[in-house]
Amino acid sequence: MRLILTSFGCGLLFGAGLLISGMTEPAKVLGFLDLFGAWDATLAFVMAGAVVVTAAGYALARQRGLPLFAATLQWPTRRDIDAPLVAGAVLFGIGWGLIGLCPGPALVNLAGFSEPVVVFVIAMGAGTIGHDLWRAHSVSVSAQTSVRSDG
Amino acid sequence: MHNFTPVSGFIGGALIGLAAALTMLLTGRVAGISGIFGGLLRSEDRGWRIAFLAGLIAAPLLAALAGHPLLKPAMPASLVVTAIGGLLVGIGTCMGGGCTSGHGVCGIARLSSRSLTATAIFMVVAVATVAIMRHGFGG
Repeated sequence: MRLILTSFGCGLLFGAGLLISGMTEPAKVLGFLDLFGAWDATLAFVMAGAVVVTAAGYALARQRGLPLFAATLQWPTRRDIDAPLVAGAVLFGIGWGLIGLCPGPALVNLAGFSEPVVVFVIAMGAGTIGHDLWRAHSVSVSAQTSVRSDG
Repeated sequence: MHNFTPVSGFIGGALIGLAAALTMLLTGRVAGISGIFGGLLRSEDRGWRIAFLAGLIAAPLLAALAGHPLLKPAMPASLVVTAIGGLLVGIGTCMGGGCTSGHGVCGIARLSSRSLTATAIFMVVAVATVAIMRHGFGG
């Protein structure tokens, strides 16, 4: 129960951060990505704030060695740069650049229940399931490596 | 510069970082939204994932109770292009193992070479996509 309540609280805080930063607004995100237009550098400041605080928290977590409400710290372990990492980042970059929404802001925006956001999230889910089905099909041919994500 | 809001951006970013730090310190997990969402669809370890995503969606609802109107973002493209964008985000984050939060924030915070690589690639590709869509370079 503590894990569930804590996770809810972390999600809430994450959502509040996205709202305050303005990153739930596709126009702000596209304004950052539009280097050749009226450039809005805000996203760089959001990333900087997020990375600095996360790095400090992670350093503390490593020092403690154990999380408070779970058995282990589940650090991602992969280090190899493989083709799916590169191809996945390319596909994600195209989708992000087309609409200006990535998964976090898309889900926060789901609260407004507007048609385009609902369509985006359903498509995102379909892409996830489609990728898994395709992968499950193709690994029956080759040996399976980990499908666990980095984040 | 257009609508540049560095202060609220940095404060909001720091809150995102605090959420990511607490997710690791308290629950031992990486706060990567595409990973949490994808794991939910794969029915892996569902409880905490549902709770985290419910918290994300609750944020604007609580803000609405506090008097900030619920947002319905202006979308830059037609429904068909929106669906294509969502599909690409779903496939890409799944294949690449993360998104702006999992790779861009959590991965960079632990200086993961995979995350630094992925972030550099999706940033450059997204910039190129916007350049083509808005300014028609190369098209």
